[in-house]
Formats: sequence, structure tokens, C-alpha cells
Amino acid sequence: MLKVDEIQNGVVIDHITAGTGLALYHMMELEKLTNASVALLQNVRSQKDGKKDIIKIEGDVSGLNFDILAYVDPKISITFIKNGHVTEKKHPEQPKRLVNVIKCTNPRCITSIEEGCDHIFALTPSGRYRCIYCEQEFRVKP
Amino acid sequence: MRHLIDPADFTLEETLSLMDLADRIHDDPAAYKDVAARKRLATLFYEPSTRTRLSFEAAMLNLGGQVLGFPDAGVSSASKGETVADTIRVISCVADIAAMRHPKEGAPLRASRYSRIPVINAGDGGHSHPTQTLLDMMTIRQRKGHLDHLTIGFCGDLKFGRTVHSLIKSLSRLPGMKFVLISPEELRVPDYIISEILEPNNIPYVETRSMEEALPDLDVLYMTRVQRERFFNEEDYIRLKNSYVLTKEKLALAPADMPVLHPLPRVNEITLDVDDDPRAAYFDQVQNGVYMRMALIMTLLGLKDPKTGEVAFNVEG
Repeated sequence: MLKVDEIQNGVVIDHITAGTGLALYHMMELEKLTNASVALLQNVRSQKDGKKDIIKIEGDVSGLNFDILAYVDPKISITFIKNGHVTEKKHPEQPKRLVNVIKCTNPRCITSIEEGCDHIFALTPSGRYRCIYCEQEFRVKP
Repeated sequence: MRHLIDPADFTLEETLSLMDLADRIHDDPAAYKDVAARKRLATLFYEPSTRTRLSFEAAMLNLGGQVLGFPDAGVSSASKGETVADTIRVISCVADIAAMRHPKEGAPLRASRYSRIPVINAGDGGHSHPTQTLLDMMTIRQRKGHLDHLTIGFCGDLKFGRTVHSLIKSLSRLPGMKFVLISPEELRVPDYIISEILEPNNIPYVETRSMEEALPDLDVLYMTRVQRERFFNEEDYIRLKNSYVLTKEKLALAPADMPVLHPLPRVNEITLDVDDDPRAAYFDQVQNGVYMRMALIMTLLGLKDPKTGEVAFNVEG
């Protein structure tokens, strides 16, 4: 199995739905990190999910927006590491409502043509977000 | 002020009260002929739907009210680029209530957020058509005598058929329901109907490809049209449009008291010889649609039923 060294200072984003790690990489704009090394592992064996993606970041992560992880995949866990020790492990908190954070991609939705129309998503009981207008679920495309 | 954007906007109790009012109108329409005198309904139809528009207009005229509006987007300010939000703010100044049909999903919800008058969703793309749901429920109750503890078969295009999704959602609030979902693999009901409505509420359902196998066990059959406009691909449409056709021979397999509903228009999914069968309820639905829309207009305008002296339910606050 492919091995990536343990992180000394940084963060591990684990339990990413297999196949969506690269999309998440771009959503978090990790390609813009200049003071950190980033490893994206895809299709890692997982006892819980069968397969998963993992992102490991070694270095300065202070400028990253981790909130976005809650919107795309509530299963994700985030582990912060300092000097080789875990300092914090958490699941992102899901807000009940998102306004202009993510966009509805349904071409049949009123948001696709109406000028000045906010993109509003509401959290469903199943932990997913749906556009309040067309009710299409927000999904990260692999 | 209340709007009707989604069938679930009304509680089950409110929905049943509305159906009671529609039934009273059905029994004596003349008693309601002046209820909405001097009130105006605006029919804002951004895509043509003659049947729904005429039903709304007939409902308002039957109540002694007036109608104004446009029959398609080409003759409205939408053709000049006006937003739905602006249009409804203007319409709020000239009408008392609005019915909106729009090709974009969520347009009536958008309108309701800016409106000073009640907005009724008269169909938004493939998303929702709540007045159809109400008249479907009214027809089922009329034919069966009750709405609960029924096995309801939905047949045809269950993927794009918005009337099916809305009706499943609404009927799921009643006890003892069971659904039989009859469709080709390509037109199965969306996963979210199962994962967010049926399974969390422990509602039994069966998915099947065979109409003949399902028919003997149904209390109600709801047929749908395979709609050309919901397909991105003409080949898929042509391949699937004849998948599920109800004929007199197939109907012989069904119980003698199983009403057949269809939101209309039909293309060929119910053969003409079924029309004479007493189980054919689809033209009742059209008539009930007018009564249901009369009941809805009255209720959203806060107009009292002259028979009872009361509103179906309170829309203030």
C-alpha cells in the first residue's frame, strides 16, 4: 500500500468520499498554498466505507477555509497536528442554511436566470444540502 | 398571508379542510357564485398551459371574481428581461391573488418572497404542481371514501413526473399507505423520494417493472405520461414512451373499485376504450380541479364559506 509520511505540523482531512478528493482540493484552493506540502491520496482502503480519499497538508494551514468541508461532505474528519501530536480532531459543523456559499448547478432552477437571486441551500434531515428553489441536492462532482 | 408553493406548505389538517370545502362546492357550486366578487386573480403563465390556466380562470369566474394576466412569457415583461421578483411586485398592485406557471423550478417560491398578495404555484418546471396534488387527493377520497390505508400504484414516468413526487410526499403523511412504483429502470422514482420520504417514515413500497403483476393488488392506479420535454435526448424518449400502456385487457386484472387517475394530457398510455370503464377517474380530476382551485382561492383570500360561515383555515398571522 502507498505510504505518505506522518505529518509533524499540519492537518489531515480524512474520510473524503472516494473520487471527490480532487474536487475538494480545488474548492479549498490548495493549489494556491505556497508554504505547505500537499498530498492527495485517492481510493485508499477504508474499513468503514470500502474506499476513501485523504488529503494531508504539512505546513502553514492558517489561511485555509475548512468551513467549506461541512457543505460538501459531512462525513469528513479534520485532524490538526502540531509537533507530531494531534491537537484537535473534529467533524465540520453543518449550518442549517447557506446563502451564496455554494451555487445551484441545476439549469432548470430559477437561480440560473434570475438576476440578484441568492443561492440558498437548506440542510436536510439526511445531512445533505438542497437548493430551496428547485430542491436539487448539492453534490461534489468527482 | 399564506402562499401555496409546495403541497407540504399546508398541514394535513389544513389540506383536509380545504378538501372538505372543495367537496361542498362540488355539491352546490351555485352557492359560491358571488363569494369573490370584486376580487382579481392574476394568471402569470410564463409557459403555455391552457388546461391549468383555464381551470384557474374558471375557478375565479365561478366565484364571481375577475381574471387578468398573460398566457405565455412572450407577451409579458419577462421577454424584456424583467425578473420574477419585479413582476410580482407590480402584479401585487393590480391583483388580489396570483397563480404562476413557470418553466424554471422555484420561480413561484422566488415570487412569494417579494409578493404582497398570495401566490399559488401553478407548476414550476419538473419540480412541483401542488394544485394538481390537491385535486388528485380530492378525487381519490371521493372515489374511495377515505385517503388513508390505501395501496397506490404509480405507473410510467416516475423520474420526471412531478405530480407523482408531490402526491407521494403528501400521501405519506397519512397512516397505512403503501406505494407500488411501476416504471422502466430508466424512469425510476428519484432516490431522494425513497431515502428522505418513504424510508424515514417506514412506508412500505415496492418497485416493479410489471404493470400486470401489480394491478390485482392496487386500490388506486395513478398513470403518467412519458413527457417529451423532460428528456434531453429524443432517442430515449422514443424508446420509452410506449413502455406502459393501460388497455381494457390489462384493466380486467384490476379490482372492480380501483380508480384510474391521470394528470392529463394523455398521449397513448391509456387507450380510448378505457374511458367508458367506470374506474376511469381522469375526467373527474379535471372537474375537481376547478372546485379545488375555487376552495384554494377562497381560503387564501380569507373568504368565508357561505354554507358554514367559516374559512377552511386561517391564513392570517
